[in-house]
Amino acid sequence: MKVDQSLPLEYGTEQNQMNILGFWIFLGAEIMLFATLFASYFTLEHRIGSGPSGAEIFEITPVLIETFLLLTSSFTIGLAIHAMRLGRQKAMMGFLAVTLLLGLAFLGVEIYEFIHYYHVGATLQTSAFTAILLTTLGTHGAHVTLGLFWGLFILIQIKKRGLTPATANKSFIFSLYWHFLDVVWIFIFSFIYLKGMM
Amino acid sequence: MEFFQRFAIPHPSPAIYASMVAIVLTMIAIVVGVTYFKKWGYLWREWLTTVDHKRIGIMYLISALLMLFRGGADAIMMRAQLAAPENTLLDAQHYNEIFTTHGVVMIIFMAMPFIMALMNFVVPLQIGARDVAFPRLNALSFWLFFMGAMLFNISFVVGGSPDAGWTSYFPLAGNEFSTSVGTNYYMIAIQIAGIGTLITGINFLVTILKMRAPGMTLMRMPMFTWSALITNLIIVFAFPVLTIALLMGTMDRLFGTHFFTLDNGGMDMLWANLFWIWGHPEVYILILPAFGVYSEVISTFSRRNLYGYTSMVASMVVISLLSFTVWVHHFFTMGQGALTNSIFSITTMAIAVPTGVKIFNWLLTMWRGKIVVTTPMLYSLLFIPLFTIGGVTGVMLGMSAADYQYHNTMFLVAHFHMVIIPGVVFAMLAGLTYWWPKMFGFMLNEKLGKAAAWVIAAGTLLAFMPMFFTGLDGQARRMYTYSETAGYTTGNMISFVGAAILAIGFVIIVYNIYYSFRYAPRNIGSDPWDARSLEWATHSPVPDYNFAVTPQVESREAFWDAKKKGHVLFKEELKKIHMPNSSGVPFIMSALFFVFGFGFIFSIWPLVIISGIGIFACMAHRSFEKDDGFYIPVEEVKETEEKLGGAK
Amino acid sequence: MKLKWVLLSVMITISAVLTGCEPLMVLDPKGPQAARQASDIMMSIGIMSFIVIVVFSLLAFMLIKYRASKQSEDYEPPYIEGNIWVEAICVGIPILIVAFLSVVSVRSNYIVEATPEGYEHKEPLVIYASSSNWKWHFSYPEQGIETVNYLYIPTDRALEFKLYSHGPITSFWIPQLGGQKYAMADMVTTLHLAADEAGEYMGRNANFSGKGFAENIFEVTAMPEQEFEDWVEEVKDTASPITEAKFNELLEPGHLGRMTFTGTHLEFSPAPEHNHGAGNSSQDNEHHDEEEHSDHSGH
Repeated sequence: MKVDQSLPLEYGTEQNQMNILGFWIFLGAEIMLFATLFASYFTLEHRIGSGPSGAEIFEITPVLIETFLLLTSSFTIGLAIHAMRLGRQKAMMGFLAVTLLLGLAFLGVEIYEFIHYYHVGATLQTSAFTAILLTTLGTHGAHVTLGLFWGLFILIQIKKRGLTPATANKSFIFSLYWHFLDVVWIFIFSFIYLKGMM
Repeated sequence: MEFFQRFAIPHPSPAIYASMVAIVLTMIAIVVGVTYFKKWGYLWREWLTTVDHKRIGIMYLISALLMLFRGGADAIMMRAQLAAPENTLLDAQHYNEIFTTHGVVMIIFMAMPFIMALMNFVVPLQIGARDVAFPRLNALSFWLFFMGAMLFNISFVVGGSPDAGWTSYFPLAGNEFSTSVGTNYYMIAIQIAGIGTLITGINFLVTILKMRAPGMTLMRMPMFTWSALITNLIIVFAFPVLTIALLMGTMDRLFGTHFFTLDNGGMDMLWANLFWIWGHPEVYILILPAFGVYSEVISTFSRRNLYGYTSMVASMVVISLLSFTVWVHHFFTMGQGALTNSIFSITTMAIAVPTGVKIFNWLLTMWRGKIVVTTPMLYSLLFIPLFTIGGVTGVMLGMSAADYQYHNTMFLVAHFHMVIIPGVVFAMLAGLTYWWPKMFGFMLNEKLGKAAAWVIAAGTLLAFMPMFFTGLDGQARRMYTYSETAGYTTGNMISFVGAAILAIGFVIIVYNIYYSFRYAPRNIGSDPWDARSLEWATHSPVPDYNFAVTPQVESREAFWDAKKKGHVLFKEELKKIHMPNSSGVPFIMSALFFVFGFGFIFSIWPLVIISGIGIFACMAHRSFEKDDGFYIPVEEVKETEEKLGGAK
Repeated sequence: MKLKWVLLSVMITISAVLTGCEPLMVLDPKGPQAARQASDIMMSIGIMSFIVIVVFSLLAFMLIKYRASKQSEDYEPPYIEGNIWVEAICVGIPILIVAFLSVVSVRSNYIVEATPEGYEHKEPLVIYASSSNWKWHFSYPEQGIETVNYLYIPTDRALEFKLYSHGPITSFWIPQLGGQKYAMADMVTTLHLAADEAGEYMGRNANFSGKGFAENIFEVTAMPEQEFEDWVEEVKDTASPITEAKFNELLEPGHLGRMTFTGTHLEFSPAPEHNHGAGNSSQDNEHHDEEEHSDHSGH
């Protein structure tokens, strides 16, 4: 495997460059996926049937905590990639671990939020509005969950194999994914929660 | 016993029982046959675990042909049922199931794999690459598609077929009006195949953008590769919409949500919108590669370069953009009002402009050419007039006020068959005949090939032209019968005859494959058609590594200029060649997807959980696996090259 | 020889269809909307035939002139990149045609979506047409009567059909009076029609709606206004009133013959006119009236 030393490690081989381009295209598809969910959400937002509306069930505190956790984790994954570029494996692993812990905490709060919805009578079966709300949040949450496992696998691989072109490439792609989830969350926060509570 | 009740067919008939027996016997025959000839190892090593784009292409091709006959059998039954008024060959329920599966099978499981087959086989060769960017993912794409197709097809004998039309409009497709598991099959099987297609889209975009031979700029790419690039771009942006629509449909059916239901805020029109936001680009996903094939074929057999290369590329880009802006024309009659209809009417008719540019460019490619009418060229020449009929009726349908009269009638059915058959099916048959020698090392018989082309063209005209008239006479589509006084008898009888002639055409093609396999000469060289692009610069059939030496490109028609102007394609010395490893994981993972989907369809949750964990384990395995591929040593490359006809 | 074959089959097709039938229903309009649509159709067929002829003749010309068999062995076709003027014509002429068709299409859109021309002097007759599996219910609120599976209409008055469905999406279509429109469960769509002549017309649901779809048809009888009034009086004298229980019975899936009632089901089961997102029960209506009535034009 040829490694081009003039480029950052994650871009070092031709395969690595293709992986990164491929992942960007995948993110393009993901944008369409979430765009479809948002479009459906705006269409069904007011179709609450006999169930509650957004204003009646949204709670600001858990949402703010979730936002804080996820934004911070986006920052720490950035630090991890920075450390990786400097070749500092320990620091990199540390920041990656922090990122995953923040992600886990986010997921915990989100689960609490879902239980809250269940208790106030907003379940998947209540109305078109609750169904699209929980599906949109759930799709994002499922992405985070998958990301946690993925990040954990990468962490283990870096520990076992060190910072190689392959592990660096995976870490970089993982960071793209994580930033993307953060951006999606910002949209969820603004256009679902804030708009719904106003 | 109660557990097994759910797998029973809700509306059994002798034909279905006969098919069950036939399916079981065929499967036994396959297993016994493979065991008897001791081919299990061969099958596993060379096909089930392969990551070679050429073999994957051939597997796509075989699947597409199988599905063509499944969908074709549906079509014949439909036309036979309608051939006479008040016919009792099929009852309403069976007719509904058959036109639903006909639509789904032909679009998703026949046309899609057919274009995937050609793209897989041809694109890496045309750009001078050794494989696609992600060979392992490519295998996964194929197996996901294949398992999706198999899952959809077993609906016929296990649990019942979907019966709400290939568009599966809600609330008809919801639990309230479709109580059998049929529509679950629709939702899940298409979802699984769709994931495979999305992965292909990403894979080929990276392949084309990153793996072109040195010197091949974007504007030097062969037109088929250009069409593949645009097609995959549309796939990446259109398929996620389908993913979400199917997810919502699945949840409505299995988890009692209210996305598209009649009560609690459900909105049936949302499904129609989402379906067609994917569905209309899907039409162009099918037709653009077909246009690519025609561009290659017409240019090759006019012995001329493609006229207006730049405008051909530009028109495809414009079509791809417009394809996302026209979906409302599938339901002008939904009551959006005159303004919305006017906007979408104009965007729809606007697509005729870039399409027209392509037609004129093909005609101008023949101008001052030296036209040789081979089988692929014959398909292309038949395509132009037939597709023009289909295309101009499309413009007529685009006029929204008049569409109130065409919508939901046989006129519409005639239109889209006159577009898809000459557009896509003729192109696939042309492409199949054209690249066949590259795939298998012998040519298909020209005489039989041309006969099939003429018969298929005549069958198409005869089957679909009468529908324009019965449609204008008020025959709605999807009616399983009509009364004698309705006046549709003659037209439908002619359609039936046409369908039968079409079937004969396809039988001739099958016979041609058999005949040519037996009798065609094998010493045809690497360039039997005197063609122009890079895939003809390597041997037929193509060695594993495609090109012993990576070609260097200096012009648009690299191989033609190498032949005529003496450009040197292969400048470097032989080196060891890096190749990807085979892997059984894509096959296993897709098989798990099959089980996963089956569990979902019948709500057998333990099965879903177990197979879900299995799928996750496959992904984890991939994450931890170290896979650096292997090298073919120089000596072996030399040996192969000499065996195939001398080193280049 | 083979070419002859194809030509022959085309000729057989066209002649058989043309001689074997009455004038095609859509092209034999009996109302102003259908007439507008039929004239659009004939006009577009004319323009499209011109395009088809151009393409066919270009193709024939290329094939006859540039066949390899017509040329010398050593003729080498030239490399031609393309010509900006030729391309401009290939783009320009289709653009002109599409622009012309667009103007016609937009004007027709506004015509078919409004009260028919020549009928503006009188208030249109409002008829609620709702579908259930696999029947049509016609309510005449003005007259206070209701029919099932048949429709009587006066000739010299505009008709305004209010369409909705008690089940799957259906499409209300009387080809000789005008094009179709969807009937859906959670909104009411409006179709403007009028009949110029008295007569019997075929009406049907054109959108697939399940097992009984093929027979989901109704008969339309157009008659002079006086006759229509007489019929209304006769119905009021002879028919029994529709009750909620009876109506729910009618909604059960199946086929029914013609039926006639006094009163309309709209009184106890109103049409979903401003009802987006409301639940099953009609009492919910006031509750959500302030909700945004999302129009579907945005999608």
